[in-house]
Amino acid sequence: MIETNISSNVSQYDKTLFVPGHTACAGCGQSLAAKLVLEAAGKNTIVVNNTGCLEVFSTGYPNTSWKVPFIHSLFENAGAVSTGVESALTHLGINDKINIIAQAGDGGFADIGLQAFSGLWERGQNILTICYDNEAYMNTGIQKSGLTPLGTITTTSPSGNLKFKKDLVEISLAHGCVYVATASVHLPVELQRKVKKALSMKGPKFLHILSPCPLGWKSDTSLSIEIARLAVETGVWPLFEYENGSLTNVRKLKKLVDVEEYLKLQGRFKHLLDTEDGKNIVEQWKKIVEQKVKKYNLLEN
Amino acid sequence: MKQFLEGAVAIARTVAMCKPAVIAAYPITPQTHIVEELANLIAAKKLNAEFVNVESEHSAASCVLGASAAGVRVYSSTSSQGLLLMAEVLFNIAGMRLPVVMCCVNRAVSAPINIWNDQQDIVTVRDAGIILLFAEDIQEACDLHIQAFKIAEDKDIMLPVIVNIDGFILSHGFEPVEFPAQDLVDKFVSNYEAPYKLDVDNPMTFGPLSGPEYYLETRYAMQKTMENEVMKKIQAVADDFTKNFGRKSFGFIEKYKTDDAETIFVSMGSICGTIKESVDDLRNQGEKVGLVRVITYRPFPSKILVNSLNNAKKICVIDKSISLGLNGILFTEISAAFYSNNNGKNFPKISGYVSGLGGRDVSKEEIIDIFKQNKDVETEFLGVNKENIGSYI
Repeated sequence: MIETNISSNVSQYDKTLFVPGHTACAGCGQSLAAKLVLEAAGKNTIVVNNTGCLEVFSTGYPNTSWKVPFIHSLFENAGAVSTGVESALTHLGINDKINIIAQAGDGGFADIGLQAFSGLWERGQNILTICYDNEAYMNTGIQKSGLTPLGTITTTSPSGNLKFKKDLVEISLAHGCVYVATASVHLPVELQRKVKKALSMKGPKFLHILSPCPLGWKSDTSLSIEIARLAVETGVWPLFEYENGSLTNVRKLKKLVDVEEYLKLQGRFKHLLDTEDGKNIVEQWKKIVEQKVKKYNLLEN
Repeated sequence: MKQFLEGAVAIARTVAMCKPAVIAAYPITPQTHIVEELANLIAAKKLNAEFVNVESEHSAASCVLGASAAGVRVYSSTSSQGLLLMAEVLFNIAGMRLPVVMCCVNRAVSAPINIWNDQQDIVTVRDAGIILLFAEDIQEACDLHIQAFKIAEDKDIMLPVIVNIDGFILSHGFEPVEFPAQDLVDKFVSNYEAPYKLDVDNPMTFGPLSGPEYYLETRYAMQKTMENEVMKKIQAVADDFTKNFGRKSFGFIEKYKTDDAETIFVSMGSICGTIKESVDDLRNQGEKVGLVRVITYRPFPSKILVNSLNNAKKICVIDKSISLGLNGILFTEISAAFYSNNNGKNFPKISGYVSGLGGRDVSKEEIIDIFKQNKDVETEFLGVNKENIGSYI
């Protein structure tokens, strides 16, 4: 007899597919993004999740926020677990009827889990991969990840991170993902359109969502949406779509807001604004933004 | 009709008869021939399964984990470093109660890198909640694979099973192998119907966060399954196999000439073939010697072992692995079994020998020598060449 089968019953609390009552922090960008993603994907969806905040705050046994089939295995294997799920569905002949989403935070995606996601992309699995990027290992207490921006203070980069973010978009494109897009939680309609667009295409897809984290970003919990908006409007987080390797859509900006406007709302960047060394780093940020403006032709006219 | 086949090929063809839906594997010597043959069978449309080439053994185990959670029969195989890279996932598979069946082609663990046989790889994950079976020869490796699916997928068990075969000796050796009729296998290993799965019509959360209030009970449940259901069903499945396939399958242990034996060897795997020959030679010289071969290593059949060894005066355990800083692992566990199950009575002297590490050949003469020298030792290495030790000590 199996006395404790470690699977939770789905709450009937709410009509939404990602029900409230979970333990995410106030102002959590990731919980909002995950809810938007799932509601866009619909109930015929299986979610495979790497270890991280999202799995921890949404699946505390015996409760769960997921009203779709959900599996969390380990920190680094969603790429492979979802491949197994897809292979099983293919064998059963129902692969075309069910969406599979394999998702992770930035550390789980870009660092420890990248090998498995690389395998998934390379094999051309019909899976939407999503990185909820809050730019550090927040679940374990704000340690630097491969997606932590230059200069960021984390608990393992107390003097400021020395490296730029790894470019996950380019990495996914190099693997031949059929659809690659960035999204932001301050534009929920656009985010959900991208999820639906991705799921309408067969093959490996990648969606990179900036997910503000008041705890790690040292920002006011009421400002998460504002910070997400500023990330886009400063050119720090350009919004675009690639289909079959070609850039097909860019969210244009009328004008660029100063990078400082984005930085100053976040304690993790506070030191960049009031020291000489910090100002040099801000200059480097501005160069990166210039490159992005050019690369994606961000500005109208 | 018997076919003269390489062990890996024979195992692959047996697995194909059990009709797994998803197979994932990563290359590692000496395991690769098994999955190569499975890939060939799929390519030749003799097996309808999805073969997934993954990027590591970690992903191979994760892939079959995902497929098993989606409700289909799965298979993988690996060796040595590959098994250790899988270790984290193996604990996860067992904890999620997924009936994954695998073969571990036992090989030494690095460093120094060594592709040859011993059993160090599998004993390092013995605590994971996996049912572990050891084959002596290729026929038994095939027979145990058929039983493995039936045991793992039993609704009252739902735990992974790993069939262990000695690297090269059984994976690359050739033997005449008897294949059962497909309909017999179909009847014995019926279609897998998952009691729980990733199903959009009945959504469940697999692998949730489990705090101190619940985690302990998950382990308790696994232990109780091992102690009760698995202990019951392993013998039942073996007996059922014997009855249906007309070939003896032993279940927990095989007793070889132990009835009047005063000295009994204990070991597992292919080395038992050599020990049986040594026993025969010693019997011809009038010595009362026997062998108890451990087939089911987890759950460890402590009581069965103690009962089968209790009348001997001396037990010689031959290990192909060691817990460095302690003893050979089977030696430690046999000793523990006697302390726990002998009601405080005296029990036979137990000596421990570590042998065959990294593919070192173990000869009949060495085994006969163990008997003749009759030492009381805990960790005696067989065949150490002092000239080869070098400057490490």
